Amino acid sequence: MSRRIVAGLSVVALGTWVALCGPAAAFTAYVTNEKGNSVSVIDSNTMAVTATWKVGRRPRGVTLSKDGKELFVCASDDDRIDVLDTSSGKVVRSLRSGPDPEQFILDASGNPLYVANEDDSQVTIIDIEKNKVLAEVPVGVEPEGMGLSPDGKVLVNTSETTNMAHFIDTKTFQVIDNVLVDARPRFAEFTADGKFLWVSAEVGGTVSVIDVAQRRVIKKITFKIPSVNDEAIQPVGIRITKDGSKAFVALGPANRVAVIDAKTYTVEKYLPVGQRVWQLAFTPDQKQLFTTNGTSNDVSVIDVASEKVVKSIPVGLLPWGVAISPN
Amino acid sequence: MHNPAAEIRVRSPAQRQWLRAGLAVLALVPFSAWAQQPAPQPLDTSIGLIYRPQPAPSSYDAEAAPEDEGLAGAKMGIADNNTTGRFTKQTYTLDDIALTDDKPDPVAAAKELVAKGIRYLVLALPADAVLAVSDAVKDTGTVVLNAGAPDDRLRGAECRANVFHILPSRAMLTDALAQYLTVMRWRKIFLIVGPTEADKAYADAVRNSARKFALKITAEKPWTFGPLAKARGDTPTRAEAMVFTRGLDYDMAIVADEEGDWGDYVPYRTVDPRPVGGTQALTPTTWSPVLETWGAAQAQNRFRRLAGRLMRPLDYQVWAAVRTVGEAVTAKKTNDPAVIAPYLVEPEFTLPAYKGVPLSFRPWDHQLRQAIIVVQPKALVSVAPEQGFLHQRTPLDTLGVDLPETTCKFK
Repeated sequence: MSRRIVAGLSVVALGTWVALCGPAAAFTAYVTNEKGNSVSVIDSNTMAVTATWKVGRRPRGVTLSKDGKELFVCASDDDRIDVLDTSSGKVVRSLRSGPDPEQFILDASGNPLYVANEDDSQVTIIDIEKNKVLAEVPVGVEPEGMGLSPDGKVLVNTSETTNMAHFIDTKTFQVIDNVLVDARPRFAEFTADGKFLWVSAEVGGTVSVIDVAQRRVIKKITFKIPSVNDEAIQPVGIRITKDGSKAFVALGPANRVAVIDAKTYTVEKYLPVGQRVWQLAFTPDQKQLFTTNGTSNDVSVIDVASEKVVKSIPVGLLPWGVAISPN
Repeated sequence: MHNPAAEIRVRSPAQRQWLRAGLAVLALVPFSAWAQQPAPQPLDTSIGLIYRPQPAPSSYDAEAAPEDEGLAGAKMGIADNNTTGRFTKQTYTLDDIALTDDKPDPVAAAKELVAKGIRYLVLALPADAVLAVSDAVKDTGTVVLNAGAPDDRLRGAECRANVFHILPSRAMLTDALAQYLTVMRWRKIFLIVGPTEADKAYADAVRNSARKFALKITAEKPWTFGPLAKARGDTPTRAEAMVFTRGLDYDMAIVADEEGDWGDYVPYRTVDPRPVGGTQALTPTTWSPVLETWGAAQAQNRFRRLAGRLMRPLDYQVWAAVRTVGEAVTAKKTNDPAVIAPYLVEPEFTLPAYKGVPLSFRPWDHQLRQAIIVVQPKALVSVAPEQGFLHQRTPLDTLGVDLPETTCKFK
């Protein structure tokens, strides 16, 4: 009994300490610049670029190792994945990714890495420690979006020209089902409870919500912005808060991020960000959301609680992806 | 692809228990009967292509049309359809006929394909051949996809209910160029018209676009100096050609030379320093090797691997025609043309085709709505519809003939 009280007190103390320490812990955001062949490093507290690192050609997808010590970057035109040491900013090794890696997702255990090979209609699964290809899974034309169920058992890949979400078993590496969505699906994101999968369709202009158990589209979210052509509304990146209350969807050349009630699927507001916004990433505390704005060559920072854009940070040429350190 | 053992893993614990109990049953019942989404029935769709390979050039031509122009685009479209088809149990095959001097008749070719049961014919042929084929196959329910004839008459007075136009009409192309001129405030046009009927039709389209976007044709001259762009080196006519542009008041010269005989001779040789556009130099078109946005880079790479050369506009147009069939058959789960043809003009049908916007068909003339790129040989210059050109339906309908103006009456 008394032990529990002590434990409870220390949690309170910790909470107070965090509250006193200002807005947020400092995280590091890594932004790939598709035409700059570089990664811009941003301090989440100061919201300023602290370094720019050289990587392979046409860097797009980006993610971090579980401990945040290694940064993985798809060097699409070099047909490899560069692994950078985040303490030095140097490429320490490269992974055999198969041709034209575009997006990838790391297994919850930290290994393997699931890679979408855009030019080659396949998903490559790589053991990142042994730098060994474990499997190649044939999928639709121009595979891109990669989502992993929270339990790590189901991998979802979207293929842009086949217009499908492919469900892949992560034990057998077999495609177990395919769900047709709207044109040019770019991104797949599971809800934290694993029950629903959100898939954006860039050309279709919609976000499909798929019931994971039934593998059936149960809702199509559409967007309407006054003074913006419907054709300019091109959903790409999706992020859903851990509590499942809000979803943020990047709308490409509409230059907006949609804020959606993730329970009722109602679009609540559109936040103006930079031009051609594609990918999104939360800070681990989910207080900030970073967006990559390809045409305006900058990153917008959204304050999640107030749902306001608080900063725009110039980065390299054609920012594509963003990953944020866990610590 | 269905693997029951794998599928069990992703189900809820309750379902899993039920499944364990029912495993013996499962072994007896076909899996598809049990799954929520019924397994698709295998479906094979054969698509015909009729094209006429360009004759080899008489002398060196750096950009001569390759023999498989159009055909290679069809092959990529079929490959793309089949990659998708792997997951829907749909297969697609191509049956192509190249018209030659020994076998010149497009109608005979069409009948040969239709007799084999083919109900989708992609044509990379001139307007008269499109009309002849569409009339010849009218009673067979065959869907004709026009991938090569830009003539406005096919979308107007001579439109046919069984024809869908994949490539833009000349009116759409010249409207795209006119929008760019409007944005640049280059209002005065010097129009130079070649000797062929196609050149005259292009010039007509330029005149209409100029009227539509309040541009002014301040000078117009026929080209009478022969195929100078194909002549070797320099010739004495150079001075003459320069003189012919003297004393005119214009912002841009627009050349109407669909054969590519002389249009490339005009840039940098006008007396006054003026930009040149139209069928050469700054060109409104469907495709260019310099297009890389909206996923086009992937298509360029895929095509180059498949064909060993760069993708040309005709390749892209035939690819889009084949993909149109694939996209509609995937959505409707049937290849019955009586279902597919009406579906193509429904708002639900959209074709993603590397233009950043979904493409769809205009119900009034079966023209594929599309963004049009405005390019010079080494760079993308602009994309029409330009910003600020608005339309109550879609900005794409600011290009070409709109519903109130159409002269098409499907019978």
